[in-house]
Amino acid sequence: MSIPLNARPLPLPHETATISQYRRLTRRRIACLVAILLLIAASLLFDFNTGPSGLPVTTLLRTIFDRASVDEPTRVIVWQIRMPYAVMALLVGASLGVSGAEMQTVLDNPLASPYTLGVSAAAAFGASLAIVLDLAIPGVPQGWIVSANAFVFALLSAAVLDAVARWRGMSTAGVVLMGIALVFAFHALVSLIQFIASADALQGLVFWTLGSLARANWQQIGVLAVALAVSLSLSMRNAWKLTALRLGEDRAASFGIDIRRLRLGTLLRVAVLSALAVSFVGTIGFIGLIAPHIARTLLGEDHRFYLPGSALLGALMLSLASIASKILIPGVLVPVGIVTALVGIPLFLGIVLRSQGRVS
Amino acid sequence: MNTMTTTTTTTTTRAPGLSIHDLTVRYGRRRILDSLAAGVLPRGEVTALLGPNGSGKSTLLRTLAGLTAASGGRLTLDGETLALSPSGARSHSVVYLPQALPAGVRLQVLESVRVAYCATRGHGFGSTHTTRDADIAHALSVLQRLGIGDLAQRSLDQLSGGQRQLAGIAQALVRDPQVLLLDEPLSALDLNHQFHVMQMLRDETRRRNMVTVVVLHDINTALRACDRAMLLNRGGIVGFGRPADVVTPDSLMDVFGVVARIEPCSRGTHQILIDGLAPQADMASR
Repeated sequence: MSIPLNARPLPLPHETATISQYRRLTRRRIACLVAILLLIAASLLFDFNTGPSGLPVTTLLRTIFDRASVDEPTRVIVWQIRMPYAVMALLVGASLGVSGAEMQTVLDNPLASPYTLGVSAAAAFGASLAIVLDLAIPGVPQGWIVSANAFVFALLSAAVLDAVARWRGMSTAGVVLMGIALVFAFHALVSLIQFIASADALQGLVFWTLGSLARANWQQIGVLAVALAVSLSLSMRNAWKLTALRLGEDRAASFGIDIRRLRLGTLLRVAVLSALAVSFVGTIGFIGLIAPHIARTLLGEDHRFYLPGSALLGALMLSLASIASKILIPGVLVPVGIVTALVGIPLFLGIVLRSQGRVS
Repeated sequence: MNTMTTTTTTTTTRAPGLSIHDLTVRYGRRRILDSLAAGVLPRGEVTALLGPNGSGKSTLLRTLAGLTAASGGRLTLDGETLALSPSGARSHSVVYLPQALPAGVRLQVLESVRVAYCATRGHGFGSTHTTRDADIAHALSVLQRLGIGDLAQRSLDQLSGGQRQLAGIAQALVRDPQVLLLDEPLSALDLNHQFHVMQMLRDETRRRNMVTVVVLHDINTALRACDRAMLLNRGGIVGFGRPADVVTPDSLMDVFGVVARIEPCSRGTHQILIDGLAPQADMASR
């Protein structure tokens, strides 16, 4: 005789206390997300305001909200240089952050990210090919060729990861090893191209692989914003399933979750999003690796909070890196990929050492 | 329905419980389970799966769970055919608990139980408040029944082995399963937790009238705490019935190659005493 689900006595005082504690936790997490949003707003404003030519905040705000009231050069600086740069930092950071978070969950590996599993390296190879061979793709405008080719190769690498996942019967270790192999393979190919490239092409190529926000434009921002919005909403619909996956793959499967579909769908989303991000701004490492770790510490692994948290933290981190890239060497715009790598490596080592400590 | 095959099938198909009909599982050419058939594993009873390493215990459990594909055979629950894959309606009636629960997961115990409940119930992000409160209250009530209500706010990665196992069982029970499958739930537990978990499994199995199947290594636990035992060897069933009937000095000699005695204790329970490995001559004759 099983007791029906709803026929339970009124909750005990102890029980209501636990439930209200849980609600408080939920509120605290939402507050945490809001706080990160506020930090992002502050960082964005500061980013707008930072650059070789000084701009008072009042002028800046006037340019944004009342275009006609300022002169032409100011308008160009704000709308064509400062804003695309700062907004692109947010979008790329958010894309890489949420991509890393989802990859770490579906591959059950804390070191998974678009950068560590070869998607970025593949994009760099695609871009190198386009720059050195001076490719033309029918139907693609000349200004988009490098990005388009980078995107194609990033997508290809993700497809390889998907195929391996399928072929290996979805063993996560196999996918991760394949990703590492892809990183090495594409780095070698990029080196090969650099070796045979002309001096001119070499300069463009090196600049591309460093990762820079300076080539952002509004069209790209539009494309990435739409991709991010679509991808994030799909991810949120799978939030419970992704969280359940953290209880163990077998268990999630016995809950009736189609693990293969969940993993393939997620990898596809990650591939599109990270390939777009990397193809617009070049290789930017460590954001996709570290933002999820910070989100996990701050918000836990309930993916309803963890996924948006990773996106927001990624955005915040790249926005801060973008400011640093402008003020690190006065008068020089350091490629932001260098900044994230320099800041990211110590954080990365911290994660590795901490996870080592947990195992032993 | 086909009325022929063996007599056991015809007499047991309609009884309430889980029946296994000619289940075959292959890895490549190797047969892990060979036309395995067993009468009813009844509702309200805990069945122990016993056998040496590689005898097919875990494979049988995973096949019952739908996680390992069977190349032949059939499962029925209360006479109704049960799909051999975990999709769809089946996942609401069968829950599997693997031996190792993942480490380093940053979820609170209550959260993890709620996730197990919500994972496939289609609760989107914007589910209504009443549903959410009902979810949480239901999750908490399961924790309290298992005596770990006070761990609700603790993080999974801070729990001891025993506590984590109990949290895992809570994650299974919250789904109100008809069939509960556990792979060596006692392997990492101290004595107190072993008794606690088995006692709790028995109580919940009776209360919820579900079919519970547990892979066990400790034969004494099977004798003491299970209603039924299934002894496997080399992919086939050697014995199935009351634990005291299945676990005998002869069957232990056959399956494990040990010389054993079963001694009734003064308090009515049976204890198994192992004297040692079987002499070489006996081993050779097996």
